[in-house]
Formats: sequence, structure tokens, C-alpha cells
Amino acid sequence: MSSSLPLFPLSASTVSGEVDTLFFFILGVSAFFAILVSALMLYFTFKYRSKKAGDAGADIHGSLTLELIWTGIPFILAMVMFVWGAQLFFTMAKPPADAMDIFVVGKQWMWKVQHPEGVREINEMHVPINRPVRLTLGSEDVIHDFFIPAFRVKMDVVPGRLTTMWFTATTVGEYHIFCGQYCGTRHSGMIGTVVAMMPDDYEAWLAGGRTTGSAVQNGERLFTDLSCITCHKADSSGRGPTLGGVFGSTVQLNDGRRILADENYLRESIMTPQAKVVQGFQPIMPTFQGLVSEENLMQLIAYVKTLKPAETAPVPVKK
Amino acid sequence: MNDATVHQEPSYLGAPYGLAAWLLTKDHKRIAILYLISITIFFAIGAGFAATIRAELVTPQGDLVTADLYNKLFTLHGVVMIFFFLIPSIPAVLGNFFIPIMIGAKDLAFPRINLLSWYIYVIGAVITLSVVISGGLDTGWTFYAPFSSISSNTDVTTAAVGVFITGFSSILTGFNFIVTVHRMRAPGMTWFRLPLFVWANYATSLIFILGTPVVAITVLLVAAERGLHLGIFDPRIGGDPVLFQHLFWFYSHPAVYIMILPGMGVISELVANVSRKQIFGYSFVAFSSIAIAIIGFLVWGHHMFVSSQSIYAGLVFSIITMLVAVPSAVKTFNWTATMYRGSITWDSPLFWVLGFMGLFLVGGLTGLFLGTMGLDVHLHDTYFVVAHFHYIMVGGGVTAFLGGLHFYWPKMTGRMYSEPLAKVSAMLVFFGFNLTFFPQFILGYMGMPRRYHAYPPEFQVLNVMSTGGAMVLGTGYFLILIYLLYSLFKGPKAPANPWGATGLEWQLQSPPITHNFHEIPVVTEEAYDYLHAPAPQLAIPASPREVTHE
Repeated sequence: MSSSLPLFPLSASTVSGEVDTLFFFILGVSAFFAILVSALMLYFTFKYRSKKAGDAGADIHGSLTLELIWTGIPFILAMVMFVWGAQLFFTMAKPPADAMDIFVVGKQWMWKVQHPEGVREINEMHVPINRPVRLTLGSEDVIHDFFIPAFRVKMDVVPGRLTTMWFTATTVGEYHIFCGQYCGTRHSGMIGTVVAMMPDDYEAWLAGGRTTGSAVQNGERLFTDLSCITCHKADSSGRGPTLGGVFGSTVQLNDGRRILADENYLRESIMTPQAKVVQGFQPIMPTFQGLVSEENLMQLIAYVKTLKPAETAPVPVKK
Repeated sequence: MNDATVHQEPSYLGAPYGLAAWLLTKDHKRIAILYLISITIFFAIGAGFAATIRAELVTPQGDLVTADLYNKLFTLHGVVMIFFFLIPSIPAVLGNFFIPIMIGAKDLAFPRINLLSWYIYVIGAVITLSVVISGGLDTGWTFYAPFSSISSNTDVTTAAVGVFITGFSSILTGFNFIVTVHRMRAPGMTWFRLPLFVWANYATSLIFILGTPVVAITVLLVAAERGLHLGIFDPRIGGDPVLFQHLFWFYSHPAVYIMILPGMGVISELVANVSRKQIFGYSFVAFSSIAIAIIGFLVWGHHMFVSSQSIYAGLVFSIITMLVAVPSAVKTFNWTATMYRGSITWDSPLFWVLGFMGLFLVGGLTGLFLGTMGLDVHLHDTYFVVAHFHYIMVGGGVTAFLGGLHFYWPKMTGRMYSEPLAKVSAMLVFFGFNLTFFPQFILGYMGMPRRYHAYPPEFQVLNVMSTGGAMVLGTGYFLILIYLLYSLFKGPKAPANPWGATGLEWQLQSPPITHNFHEIPVVTEEAYDYLHAPAPQLAIPASPREVTHE
């Protein structure tokens, strides 16, 4: 675990050990075949060295049995690797339901991190250990990639959509954050630090951080400031659909499609509202592209996710 | 047939003399030489970029060159090495020279189109490299959008046009090879008597024709989004950045097989020759090339496991990626089995074969790590990937090219080079390569991302090792250049068949006459009939008739 002999990365998340196990399995299989083939070739090179110039080798053309064996064995091993790797990938792709949220925005060339409670940091991310953390990632400009080697996790941060990743840190410490996807001049400067803390320390750190309101509170304010609330009313009297309970529900669109309302649907509906219009409504909503930043978007979405069905909107607006 | 060594006729290298005669030649052999000179120049340019990159990475701070210059260096290193060296290397040089001869033809099916391919290649390369004076190019060779279309301040449009033009060279070469193999085989040269080098280049030509148009259109779309603001990849104007990756890798993953399949073909020739034995499992080796070419078109999404593509799409791409590993394994086992009970000659080709095998094994096996989804999440875009593809494309591809170049050099030039120097350089390349790139696997697993101008200090020791290896590797390559050039002027004259090899090419004099064959040969034997091959003869035996040259 010491970093004094730099040949292996720190391992500090619940999946990092599993990734390493799979790595050593494939390494073992690979080393076996590399050594087997190399040793055979070298052995044949010496053993069958030409005695006299012009001697021909044995008159052997092939063997169907051998071909089947050395097609079959690599195939089976490759399938084992595939299944194992796919299982691990699915674990890494599906965050646990009880994960806490952190919002991350990448822009040339920095990481902006926002905790649900409202605390913000730049190029640093404080997290508690032993608690699943789900990151929602957005980009202000080009593709970036949020990579924490010690946790063995990485995810592209793609403009125009939100992506997610998750991890559970297991060991207190400070770990690298790298931008994995080349993004221009200061790509190699787009790095930061994850600070994994004991849960109590994390709470204390959060409490000491300066905040301008929680993500939900900020989202609620934006919902009013941007006049979303004028059309998206709590009851069905608005010109836009009511948003109570919309997150996670299945939405019927006016072109006949039915789609799941996830974060990306909410994001798209704010940035390019004409793309998917709910059945029974006119395509009259203007785009908010350029008016809301990726951070604002994440706050708005955090707020919309809190709206319950048939609940009155928290801020009643009257003409 | 052995008479050819003594009754030398004027070769293709002789009359007509003069620059114009070379630049307007329709002889596939001269065009191959034109390509050889061109790709050597581009290799030197690309190697210069690489040397600067490795020098920068000796220290963790970005102190030798600026970040912007570093980004331009690795971009042009990739662009030049891939589009202007690796892709044309074996097909356009050795393929051009030997495919017609191996199948018993006097030229390719379309000699003028063959010359046109070279001109298109040179024009595309010059346009692309003109960015060096018009602002550079900093997108990486992958041109990822929307960085390339909205963010980069460099001359992406010119580079895109250059790559677009170069693509036509590949398409025309592939088309020429396919028609030639179908229509111009000598009587008796059935498909299953073809040398495996021809099979491998045939498979490569399929990729040229089916894949290249897609990448050409993709880079043109980037230029269109940059210049005309058509919303294709930039989400702010309605595009989709992930679409770019699908289009780009649809070509660029098969392109990896363009860079290794012809090398596999060369190695099949060399393994049979050094073992003096029929290749083990000829039809399995032949069909594995076709299998790789076809399956290789269905694996592009393994570059995109963390791109936000659907995880179910990722599943499909992962399983097909695992499948494409199988034919490569089959080839490797067949080459090994070919050596069993062979009569192994310890001339320089053996050293290239062993070097190729060692490096290709590591390159191929590390592909398994990257095709495994749960592991690729960690390894994606790290130095592990850089090491992996250099092992395949340089360790495999370039070593095979050099092996082929050494094997066929006497035939192409009519001169022998120094055998001891060739063995030394093969070993220098092998050890230098491993010292350069093996540490990068460790760096990658430790988490060092690729394309980093500066890096945390714990990565320094391995980076210094890598740079040291690059110096050894560079020395090896430079040594080859020196003794091959020297051999042109001072090397002993080559006999017709120095390696005692089978195949029509070795029945011609060295170097061959312009039309290859006076009469189209009739083929009666399968390939690699080493039971009836002549003994190796590395020098023309001293005899009174030897001095009759010219």
C-alpha cells in the first residue's frame, strides 16, 4: 500500500480490490500463454537448428485436432474474461439506491464540485468513507473524463448530456483526480484531489463550508427566477405539464413514444425543449441554452426531483 | 531457374534512367520504391516528434516545451505515423512490389491507378503537414469532437482535408490489390496456393475499401462543423459528440488491423522460410486473416465503454472483441507449430521473427485486459492503452515490416547487407522497444493518463526508463537505415534466392526485370513446398561467370 515503490496504484474503494483481482487473473492467463509460446519457439529454435544448409523440415501440414484445441481453449478463456468483466462493469454502472449525490462540472480546465448541501469546491472533492457516492457529471464545453485511479473508476463528462458514476471510498486519504479525456491546452493541469474522510469529519467539514443554500434551494430559486413556474404549475392549469412526480415516471410524448424521465430527459427538456414534447402540450417552451450553466441545470434538476405528485408548488405564484 | 543468378538482364532499377522516368513510372516495383522513400521520410519526421515527447517526459514538470507545443507534437506524431507511415508501410511497399510477382503477374491490374495512389498519398501528406506552418494541429490523431470542431485554435480544417485526400490513396490501393488477386493469378495459382502474404493483403484491402470512406467523411464533417457551423457533433447546435466516436472508431479500429494484418502475412512467409517447412495449418492462417478483417468491423465500441454509450451496447462490443482475439491466437499457435521439427536457419530473418513474436504476444494479450469491460474502466485513456497499441502497431507492425524489408531487400535492390549488423539491430530494436513501452503498462495501471504534458512526481522513474529505452530503440532504427543505405553502394551483389525460399519471387533474378516474367509461369505446387526448395545462399558463389553483371 505504500507509495514509496511506485509500481502499483493505491486501492481505496469497494470495487478497486475486485478490479485488481480480475487484473491479476488476466495477467496470469496472459503470462502463461506468453511464456508458453516464447519458450516453445526458443526451444524449437535451438532444438531444430538446421544441421546442413538446405535441409528441409519435417513434412507436416497441420492437424485439425490441434487447431480445434487452440481455437477452443482461447475462446473459453476469453468468454470467462468477458463474463467476469461484464459483471464487474454492471456493478460499477449501477449506483446503490442509498447513494449520496455530488454534482461535478468539468470545464477547460478545472473541476467544479458541488455538494447537495450547497458547499462548493474547485479541483477538490471531499467525501465520507464507507458511504456510496453518486456523481452526476456535466461539461461546459468539450468532453472531459473524471478519473480516480485509486478507486478504479472513470467516466466521460460529455457536453450535452449528464453522465453518472459512483464509488464507495474505503480508506481515509487523499487521491488523485485526473482528466482522462484529452481536452486541450491544460489537459494535464485538469487534476485534483479526492479527500476521503471519516463520516464525522466529513459532516464537520460540510458544516464549516460556506454555502449559498443547498442545491435544492438554489434550484427552487432558479425555478422562480427563470419563470419556469409560470407555465409548470403545481396543478394542471399551466401551459406546460406539471412537474410533480415526473422524475422517474414514464412520459407519453406527442409523437407516440413513451420514455423514462431521467436526469438526461430533464436536462434535454430545459436545453432543447422541442426535442421531446409531452402529449397534450404545444411546443411553445423556449430554450434555456446560454441562460443556465451546467451547475444551474444540476440545481434545477435536483429541485425537480424533489417535487412530489399532486403537491402544491412551494412558491405559489398568482397573476 | 538458378540460371538467373548468372545471366543478369537489365533490371527494373536500370533504364529508363532519370527522375522523370521514376516519377512517371507505371511499374509496380518502382512505385513500391517511391513509397519506401516516402514512408521512410515520414517515419523520420514522426520519430522526431516522438523523441521530443520522450525528452519532455523525463521530468514531471512540463519544462522542455509548452503545453500547446506538446499537444501539437503528440498529435502530429500520431497523424504522421498512422496515416503516412504505418497504413501504407507493408501494403504499399512490400505488397505493391510482391503481390504481382507472387501471383505470377507482370504488374497490378491498374498500373496508372497505382501511380495515382502514390501521388494522392503525397499530396494528402503535404497538405496535412502544411499545418506545421499554419498553426499546427492539437486535436490528437483521434480528432475528437466537439474539441476539434469548436474548441481547438489550430488548423484542423487543413489537416482534415489532408487526411480526407490521403484516404483515397488507400481506397485505390485496396481496389487495385483485390482486382489483381482475383483476375491476374497465373495458371495453376489457385486461391489455396497463394502465399499467405497475399491473403493477408487481400484481407487488408477489404478494410481499405470498406472502412476508409467512413473516416474520410467523418473528418470532413468535423471540417464542415468548424467552417459552416453545421450541427453534427456539437450539442449546442443540435449535434451529438458521441456520434463522432462511433463514426471515427468504425474505421479506426479496423485501421489497427490494416497495420497488423499485412505484418502477419510477412511473418507467415518468414516463419515458413526460417523453419524450411510448410506453414502449419495453411487454411487456418489464411481464413483467420479474413475473420479478423470481418469481425474487426464489429468491435469499434470497445473504445467507448466509458463514453456514455449504452451499457448493453458495451456488452455486445466486449463479447465481439473477445471473439476477434481468437483468430490472432490461432495464427500465433500455427506459427509456433510451424517451427516444430523444422530445420531452423539462424540467418537474420529468424531474429525478426522471434522479435515480432515476443512483442506481438504482449501486444495481443494486453488487448484482453482492455476488452474486458470492468477492467477497461480503469485502464481506458491511460498509458496502458498507449503501451498496448504501440506493442501491436510498432512492436508487431513495424518489426514485421522491418523483417519483411530485410527478407526482401536482396530481391528489391540486388544487394546484400551485413548479416551481423542486421542481427544486432534486430536485438537492439527488441530490447529498446521493451524498455520503452513495458514501463508504460505499469504507468497505465498506476493511473497515468495519456496525453499529459506534466505529471505527478511518482511517475517519474518509469518515465525515465521509457525515455532511455526510446534512445536504444532509436539507435536500432538508425543503424538499420545506415547499413541498408551502405549496402546499396557497397553491399555484395545478391543471388536470386539468398534464403533458399519458395515462391515465384525467388525464381526471378535479383533485382527482377521490368516485366517480372518473360512468360507467365504455370504453377504446379502449393505454397511453401520446402521439401523441394534450394539451399540458402547468402552470397553469389565465386565462379568465373559471376563477373558478367551489366
